[in-house]
Amino acid sequence: MAETVLMRNFERADSHTLASYRAHGGYAAWDKARQMEPAALVDAVKASNLRGLGGAGFPTGTKWSFIPKNHTGPVYLVVNADEGEPGTFKDRYLLERDPHALVEGMLIAARAIRSALAFVYIRGEYVEPWRRFSSAVREAYDAGLLGQGFDVVVHRGAGAYICGEETGLISSLEGKKGWPKVKPPFPAIKGAFDQPTIVNNVETLCCVPPIIERGAAWFAGLGTKTQGGTRMYSVSGRVARPGVYEAPVSVTLRQLIYEHAGGVSATGRLKAVVPGGGSAAVLTADEIDVTMDVDGLKNAGTMIGSAGVIVMDDSVSIPEALMVLARFYAHESCGQCTPCRESTGWIYKMVHRIVEGHGHKEDLDTILDVAKRGGGTTICAFYDGAIGPYISYIEKFRSEFEALIPRA
Amino acid sequence: MSTRSGATASHSTPPTVVEFSQAQLNEVRRLQALYPDPRGALLPVLHMAQDTFGHISLPTEEYVAGLFDLSPAHVHEVVTFYTLYFRAPKGRHVVAVCHNLSCYLAGAPEILAHVKRRLGVEAGETTTDGRVTLQSVECLCACEAAPMMQVDDRYELNLTPEKVDRILEGLR
Repeated sequence: MAETVLMRNFERADSHTLASYRAHGGYAAWDKARQMEPAALVDAVKASNLRGLGGAGFPTGTKWSFIPKNHTGPVYLVVNADEGEPGTFKDRYLLERDPHALVEGMLIAARAIRSALAFVYIRGEYVEPWRRFSSAVREAYDAGLLGQGFDVVVHRGAGAYICGEETGLISSLEGKKGWPKVKPPFPAIKGAFDQPTIVNNVETLCCVPPIIERGAAWFAGLGTKTQGGTRMYSVSGRVARPGVYEAPVSVTLRQLIYEHAGGVSATGRLKAVVPGGGSAAVLTADEIDVTMDVDGLKNAGTMIGSAGVIVMDDSVSIPEALMVLARFYAHESCGQCTPCRESTGWIYKMVHRIVEGHGHKEDLDTILDVAKRGGGTTICAFYDGAIGPYISYIEKFRSEFEALIPRA
Repeated sequence: MSTRSGATASHSTPPTVVEFSQAQLNEVRRLQALYPDPRGALLPVLHMAQDTFGHISLPTEEYVAGLFDLSPAHVHEVVTFYTLYFRAPKGRHVVAVCHNLSCYLAGAPEILAHVKRRLGVEAGETTTDGRVTLQSVECLCACEAAPMMQVDDRYELNLTPEKVDRILEGLR
């Protein structure tokens, strides 16, 4: 069994309390970090090869280093706790079971980027995680960990997947609809309330205390050459033991399905797997000998995203699975960019009519054509994320779609 | 687009005075002071308004706009963008059944059909007695316990028709 880093405290019933966190070594990393120069903290995170665990996989230390050196005004730290990627539930566990790990990660990150104020944006539906985390923040204030030059505002969202996109999140935090913003300028230059801002995912920040406490080299050594550490894989769908599993990022998709999650349920025969949340291109049963790090899945033509693994056995209808995801993209498109707003709506209608048995024989090629033309034409990565499923489900399982389309 | 937010209630709106108490107004000022620009508190204050008035009507939007020195149009744009703000009266309880992929694979369509039969409403509707508003929603990120639904503040996990019946019977 590999080392447990992020889920080390989960088994204790009182793991969310300050007393329990402290009794098991909590805030020791912060004690160490407060003696270190901010630049040394950035260097340590760079050397750890920590990459963002919310979806984009960008190197965290590098992101931190983008804050302009000559900036004299405020710098904000924003925590993205707007978990919403289909098939992902890791941040919910962290907020509920180890909220002080996040507070400690925020303290260290704030020192590294010289921020005195952080916002934690928690999706509106996460009421219990919000209560648990808010209670941890109150404990941290009472203990003098917060409020000594660093303040934390816990902010509830109101239901919109697009607010998980970092600039959409910033718009929402500013009291607007969650429309993503054109980049550049990137948030590190001009972010929340027009000030330099670092947006980090919950799990990403929870990696920071162990990195500082045990060393960048140790963390880097847990993973692959280009990505350090372990991460939390959310495994759901047709598996014997759905759940969240921590493993080094060098774990293979096969190991996750068959060793961690107990193998394929229902028919027991694997057909397809979503490796990194709904927006990742689907893999077939023959494509699961891949390592579950950022580059491993990129090389396999898909993405690790938020590491949400959804398993489908061979009784699952792939066209129906795509219809469910296409409905999601049609509903969640924020409507700002024409290619996304129009295509997500029309593609859902087409996949829906195919599933209902009213498809036209040119529909599949139309969907592929529209999807392939739309990549890179929008302000944010939402539509690029939708394209992954559209193209991969149809190209890898085309005969299943064709079988549903009446012959003219 | 986020167009499924409004529950279509079948009962009419009683005229209500839209006004926060002094204590709530103090809370509004406290929230506004937390942000570099007071407008950052708009979503939290809209949550407060909905908790207080039941839903966010056009007069509520105008009232909140006044507290922020924003145009009512800006507040309307925000309210209509997010799924958790109700623009019409909702039931005393909100039941939101997840219909995304992991729940779908675990039988969400059957669970949703069962809830519809039990309540006698479609998704987006409220029971005639005003007890429950039913919604069919996107991923709530509890896929390890699919199929699942949210009932008010609670996540109800690993649903079966029998479990759904027990939960619905508990809603008064």
